[in-house]
Amino acid sequence: MLENKDYKVIGTRPIRHDGVDKVTGRALYGADFQAAGLLHGRVLRSPHAHARIISIDTSRAEALPGVKGVVTAKDLPDPGDKIADLGEGAVNLKYLCDNILASDKALYKGHAVAAVAATNPHIAEEACTRIDVTYEVLPPVLEVRQAMEPDAPLLHDHIRTTSLGETAEEPSNVASHIQHKLGDPEKGFAEADVIIEREFVTGTVHQGYIEPHNATAHYNQDGQLTIWCSTQGAFTVREQVAEILQYPISKIKVVPMEIGGGFGGKISVYIKPVAALLAKKTGKPVKVLMNRADVFEGTGPTPASFIRVKMGATHEGKITAAEGYLAFEAGAYPGSPVGPGAMCIFAPYNIENVIIDGYDVVVNKPKTAPYRAPGAPNAAFGSETVVDELAEKLGIDPLEIRLLNAAKAGDRRADGPIHPRIGCIETVEAAKAHPHYTAPNGKKHHGRGVASGYWFNIGLESSVTINVNSDGTINLIEGSTDIGGTRASIAMQAAEVLGIPAESVNPSVVDTDSVGYTAVTGGSRTTYATGYAAYEAAQDVKQQLIARAAKLWEVDEANVQFADGEFSSINGKEEQISFRDLCGRLGETGGPVVGSGTVNPGGAGGAYATHVVDVAVDAETGKVDILRYTAVQDAGKAIHPSYVEGQIQGGAVQGIGWALNEEYIYNAEGEMTNASFLDYRMPTCLDLPMIDAVIVEVPNPGHPYGVRGVGEVPIVPPMAAIANAIYDAIGVRMTELPMSPDRLLKAMGKI
Amino acid sequence: MARRSHVQTTLNGETVEFLCEPRQSLLEVLRDELHLTGAKEGCNNGNCGACSVILDGRLVNSCLVLGVEAEGKSVETIEGLADPDKLHPIQDAFLENAALQCGICTPGFIMSAKALLDQNPNPTEHEVRYWLAGNLCRCTGYDKIVRAVLDAAAAE
Repeated sequence: MLENKDYKVIGTRPIRHDGVDKVTGRALYGADFQAAGLLHGRVLRSPHAHARIISIDTSRAEALPGVKGVVTAKDLPDPGDKIADLGEGAVNLKYLCDNILASDKALYKGHAVAAVAATNPHIAEEACTRIDVTYEVLPPVLEVRQAMEPDAPLLHDHIRTTSLGETAEEPSNVASHIQHKLGDPEKGFAEADVIIEREFVTGTVHQGYIEPHNATAHYNQDGQLTIWCSTQGAFTVREQVAEILQYPISKIKVVPMEIGGGFGGKISVYIKPVAALLAKKTGKPVKVLMNRADVFEGTGPTPASFIRVKMGATHEGKITAAEGYLAFEAGAYPGSPVGPGAMCIFAPYNIENVIIDGYDVVVNKPKTAPYRAPGAPNAAFGSETVVDELAEKLGIDPLEIRLLNAAKAGDRRADGPIHPRIGCIETVEAAKAHPHYTAPNGKKHHGRGVASGYWFNIGLESSVTINVNSDGTINLIEGSTDIGGTRASIAMQAAEVLGIPAESVNPSVVDTDSVGYTAVTGGSRTTYATGYAAYEAAQDVKQQLIARAAKLWEVDEANVQFADGEFSSINGKEEQISFRDLCGRLGETGGPVVGSGTVNPGGAGGAYATHVVDVAVDAETGKVDILRYTAVQDAGKAIHPSYVEGQIQGGAVQGIGWALNEEYIYNAEGEMTNASFLDYRMPTCLDLPMIDAVIVEVPNPGHPYGVRGVGEVPIVPPMAAIANAIYDAIGVRMTELPMSPDRLLKAMGKI
Repeated sequence: MARRSHVQTTLNGETVEFLCEPRQSLLEVLRDELHLTGAKEGCNNGNCGACSVILDGRLVNSCLVLGVEAEGKSVETIEGLADPDKLHPIQDAFLENAALQCGICTPGFIMSAKALLDQNPNPTEHEVRYWLAGNLCRCTGYDKIVRAVLDAAAAE
């Protein structure tokens, strides 16, 4: 039913609805918000990676002219032992509160300890230097294996490892241990002719969105709290702020401004509750902005990890067993993405015997946050490198071994779920058929590598309302912040149902008082789930308009049909009216038409990608250049192909940065020494070639148009693909990220 | 508070006067005093290019220029680029090529591209990449941005 239907709007490339505002500088992002009487807030952060807070004296700051209020953790309500469920699993509320403003301990350099509101940002900054904090400095724990040692300094006295349902007696930095097991791994390895086992280390990396976090808050005298901010989810901000401030959600309105990138990093709140506290204390609207160092040091990066992968295969290339060990740094509080990493690590393959162990470990670094397919890139760096080595040892083409073992509908993922219709095989086949894969590539120190990746995608709740205008256009009201063109991809799905052009839809992203509950723009869910809600809302409009046409023509509703933007009467009277003309007659047929759609769909449908990359290694300097890059991905159905390509290209390039340059560099005291865009080196356009994005369409049965989420999976393959290309170029297996020039030179034995 | 200085400058072709503290950057003045928020702060130390404006014909990071330095000079910002009834060809090319995702870096890229095309109307792909290397984009992987600038050059 879904195979390449003849769509009128879907699959075309209209100009995005918010485009003109964004190329003229008129679009208002969070930091652009202005209000009369606005105060400016700044946050004081811990200079120590691990320290007990003995005392905080704010008196000198409060005495500075222009300072209107200072807050510390004492201004937050006591969270007690409450466990909050904020849609991403249960979390201890004390952790959430302590990450906003540290109460007893500072657990990473950059941990917020106090905040100031003043009449201008410079005074607020100066006031922060006048807050006197007495610390008892403690030894930091900076690496996951060190943190797991029995004699490691403890971050939290009360964390005891929960392992497969049991809780340990002794405190530990290991918050939890999970395990997935399928078949009989021991037997599987016994059947293997070749076994490869390797250990991998990945560094801490940041999402690197260009817009720093921001929040403006204001309390009305009636207790109504409004927060204007850039966020991936206005409703999740409302929930988190309500929990942290212990304030009713009905008293909080969150207004999502335009958002300058997020990639998972703008889901957790940091300064939003702080802005609210300062607004309450001063009675004025308070805008709190982070600077770039605050963003690196005070918001969640994605974890560094230690990974061990063991895989075995027969001479024919059949993978008989796989074993994965994943230890992830959660940062200062439990909650790393080791779970998703464990779900994804072997998901491109159908392997009968699998065991996967995952460990969530606290260290003295910022609490990690999601970053594009969180956990999966770390895991795939290990597994996809080992698959490449298996292929090499067996003398099988690396894409061929993937095809031989590819996961397909009906196969079971090691963590339990059975795959629905997926496009794993199709992406590998498309990569194999692409001219890039067979192009000559024989120069010295040049190499080619491939890797695949998987991300499960999510559904979750979305709401859409459609208001029909008398000129045949519609206003589409949604709650999904538009982070990369989703106004267009959602509007197009409504337009397709109603037989109108994309330009006849006017989409608006509105605040939490003005639309039904909508979960975050994350998990590659927005075009899928909010698009699904738009489809349902448009169907609702269509049904209501059919009733209006029936009324107009005095026929039964069953006798009205709608096709190609025209309503017509069948079985009897011959009548016809266009969508536009009928919209002009709503008043006389019963009044305005408002359609609504709400969903919580279960059929997100996983996404697969296979990447092919050519590199050149400079044997003198160790620098790796990307010469050619092809990224193949199953999009299910590409609603707006340009923005699907954009997701693929952007994800691949973030992966290139992760592979080659990006990492938090720490000194022995636990201070990040490269907290700027100069020293945390993200790719520039000069570092890159064009990225050839190849869209494969294997429709997802869980969506009316076959959509699969596309945002996350493109960051999964690049690290392994590049490592495999480097091996092809210089004959050395790189097992540590990033594969920066110093590591290359070490690997080549040059330093 | 430091004594505020009076500054007269030409902003997008119009004479403008403002008061600013000596420590305020041109970016702060544009955003906080003149309410032109098209130039964005991504790093405030010249690494990301989101605040790019053209000062006396030269591309600058407005976070690295003091507001008082605008005295007697000409400043071009994203807000002055389009005609009342039509976009600048670079703006059109960004829309046609889907060369933006979140859009926060877009004003900076467009101003950088304008500065490039003003002095080199027919750049190669490498020249575009070299010139735009001071502007960071985290969403697009640059592919569509580079194509947009090449298209704009061809259209002009």
